[in-house]
Amino acid sequence: MELLQRFAAGDLDAFEALFRQHQKEVYAWIVRIVRDRGIAEDLTVETFWRIYRARSSFKPDGNFIGWTRRIATNAALDHLRSARSETELPEDLAGPPQPDSAVRRETREQIKGAFRQLPAKYRLVATLALIEEEPYIKIAEATGLSANLVKIRVFRAVRLLRKSLSSLAVPLGAKK
Amino acid sequence: MNEQNDEQIQELLKRSIAPVSDTGLRRDLWPEMLKKLSEQPVRVPWFDWALAAILSALLIVFPGTIPALLYHL
Repeated sequence: MELLQRFAAGDLDAFEALFRQHQKEVYAWIVRIVRDRGIAEDLTVETFWRIYRARSSFKPDGNFIGWTRRIATNAALDHLRSARSETELPEDLAGPPQPDSAVRRETREQIKGAFRQLPAKYRLVATLALIEEEPYIKIAEATGLSANLVKIRVFRAVRLLRKSLSSLAVPLGAKK
Repeated sequence: MNEQNDEQIQELLKRSIAPVSDTGLRRDLWPEMLKKLSEQPVRVPWFDWALAAILSALLIVFPGTIPALLYHL
């Protein structure tokens, strides 16, 4: 019997094999959304727990990776919704600062603060589309939305940011 | 003008929050998964609880059926 069929039938060994095959990929996806190593590890386990519970609804001829990514995205979104917006964005996972240091530190902090205040559903798509530069179609598959709706949410996220930064009198065209 | 501002915001966002560069998993999470699996309480279906309740009620109302039940077990 195929691995996915065995998994759908409740075989724990098959589940372990799938877990070991995909845990790195699931973690890598989640950590880019939540930007915290420990939380991403917990959410990876939570994702596979949801997968295990929903095994009977999985069709063995279906797309396991796509299904897994969608469950992982939902788990990460649930975390963003429940986490306090005041929580700092962890810095240690980010790459080195952009060589172009045109944006002042104070402005960067204001932008980060405004970004943290975005509703979770907007923060999710904005993180993936604008920061991680994932294609809209991939985000759409992961969120279960259409690519158009993803674009609309990114657009709204940018508008909310603009509004928020305008109220803080952040110089949007600031160089230096 | 707004579109121009939106583009500026996207640029500022990219410069302020860098993409995650280290996405590597540093440890095997299977032991954590096993722990979570074993922590979950065994869920008894509602039907089993209903059967148990009916049987208990019968034994209380008709205690004479207890020897017959034990005989058949």
